[in-house]
Amino acid sequence: MPALMRRLKRWGARGSHLGIVTVFTVFAAFPFYWMLVTTFKRTSDLMNTTNNPFLFNQPPTLEHLRFLFFETLYGRWLWNTFFVGVLVVGITLLLAVPAAYSLARLTGRGGEQLGIGIFLTYLVPPTILFIPLARVVSNLGLKDSLWSLILVYPSFTVPFCTWLLMGFFKAIPKDLEEAAMIDGYSRFGAFVKVVIPLSIAGTLTVVAFSFTLVMQEFVYGMTFISFASQYTVSVGVPTFLVRGDVYFWGSLMAACFIASVPIAILYNFFVDRFIAGFTVGAVKG
Amino acid sequence: MTQKAITTVEMGTQVARAKAGLLSSVLDSEIWLGRLMIAPAILYIVLLIGFPFLLALYYSLSDITIGSRTMSFVGLKNFKAVIQTPTFQQSLKNTLIFTFISQAVVLVLAKVLALALLKNFKGKWLVRLLILLPWVAPISLGTIGWLWMLDSIYSIINWILQAVGIFGPKTWPIWLGVPHLAMGSVIAVHVWRQLPLATVILLGGLSSIPTDLHDAAAVDGAGFWRRLFQITIPLLLPIMIVAVLFGMVFTFTDMIVIFVLTRGGPYDTTQVLASLAFFTGIMGGDLAEGAAISLFLFPVLVAAAFVFLRIARRAEVT
Repeated sequence: MPALMRRLKRWGARGSHLGIVTVFTVFAAFPFYWMLVTTFKRTSDLMNTTNNPFLFNQPPTLEHLRFLFFETLYGRWLWNTFFVGVLVVGITLLLAVPAAYSLARLTGRGGEQLGIGIFLTYLVPPTILFIPLARVVSNLGLKDSLWSLILVYPSFTVPFCTWLLMGFFKAIPKDLEEAAMIDGYSRFGAFVKVVIPLSIAGTLTVVAFSFTLVMQEFVYGMTFISFASQYTVSVGVPTFLVRGDVYFWGSLMAACFIASVPIAILYNFFVDRFIAGFTVGAVKG
Repeated sequence: MTQKAITTVEMGTQVARAKAGLLSSVLDSEIWLGRLMIAPAILYIVLLIGFPFLLALYYSLSDITIGSRTMSFVGLKNFKAVIQTPTFQQSLKNTLIFTFISQAVVLVLAKVLALALLKNFKGKWLVRLLILLPWVAPISLGTIGWLWMLDSIYSIINWILQAVGIFGPKTWPIWLGVPHLAMGSVIAVHVWRQLPLATVILLGGLSSIPTDLHDAAAVDGAGFWRRLFQITIPLLLPIMIVAVLFGMVFTFTDMIVIFVLTRGGPYDTTQVLASLAFFTGIMGGDLAEGAAISLFLFPVLVAAAFVFLRIARRAEVT
């Protein structure tokens, strides 16, 4: 009898565990599944309220994808996002890598405080800065230009990436650089020849993180840019495709799915390092 | 003439040598190299975060509009004017409700989910990938997915609830068109969006708790709930605070979900400070008033920074 009880109890625990995991997974992923289904459904099927929405009541179609890529600016927005993303990643690396190394090794005790200070600027949100920056951007003659985004976006990538890289550099043993300096490299030479090659993992994390943030950004993009051809994906789709009373739900869902899921899969590889960055300093074991 | 040329050449090489000496000594000196390497990042942060922030303060005390060429100082007039408008009061209230409710829900759900994900099971990597989706996908696009799911005519959520019999055949709520339902929907989407981050942060904390602590307590006869409240939660407290802190900052200052789902409607019942600042400052062109509204977000950030610093310092001591 007790053995049976124990077995029942274990099954119960296993069942409730499975249940919890399933409910949460459905909650998280259902909107994306629904985007995918909607993408391939004919509009007449989508708009018929007597149909079972989970079934393809009419044969699937590629019409929404055709419309999206050939009759909207979607392809252009993807390209804009990619262009801005690549340049912002470049600028972020140029600024954050040396700064992080300096904080990790060269500035001594004050470096830690300065590092926290830089990290805290990450908490200043675009929704405070966008009004003055709108004016600054238009005074610089960059309104409606992608260059306005390239100028401003590093303001949210640099602080966090500096913090993240600082942790990486601290984890590299100092002896390696000292050995290189005995071999005749300068202090800076040791950084370039020894430390940088060892921190590829950190650099890749920063690249993935910065690129994702650029894809997600919305407030600055909507504030600085009003030409449809200059939008990035995250601004173009909700402001330009969602317009008036006629929603092209099929194309709209295709647009959301295509821009969301591939980047999410890529990002998944880096998420642990990223979380370590969030909690560094707050919890040490 | 030739002599003069020679001396200039000599002087040139001397300068070059001195420069090379300076360069190599900079490259070798820890202090100067350190300053040189961090200077560009600091300069950039000062110019693109510090300067605009001061500008926001200045604008909020002026009468600037989007097209104006001159501006004059008007003191606290904007703040006084803003505080008196019912829309602002409503937005402030909405922001607080929306932040606190969504963070409370996120914290509870994240705790449950993190405990469930602590175990190893088949297909865990896939579950984790799917659970992270809402946080990694561009928020404006994920929210459009919800816009479709909450549509007034084609809502799949209503359809499912009718199909399983929770709603009767005549019940068809217009989620985004009725004040309380709209607020509920906005909160739900925010929970959906923030849950992954909080879960992963908590999961990191949970896996750092040594298992022998639990085993010892279990041997002493402590049950699941007792262990949860007397071991797990106290040990997890700092990391829970960090998760809540980030969640609060991101929720309090966000306008994207609201912009896409409701544009603040119906009748400003989902308007928040950030979206109101956008509509006033950018759409309405009143930069001064917009800046004044957005500065009401700042105290929360200061509080968050303060708490974060205290936690960081305590972690350093121990």
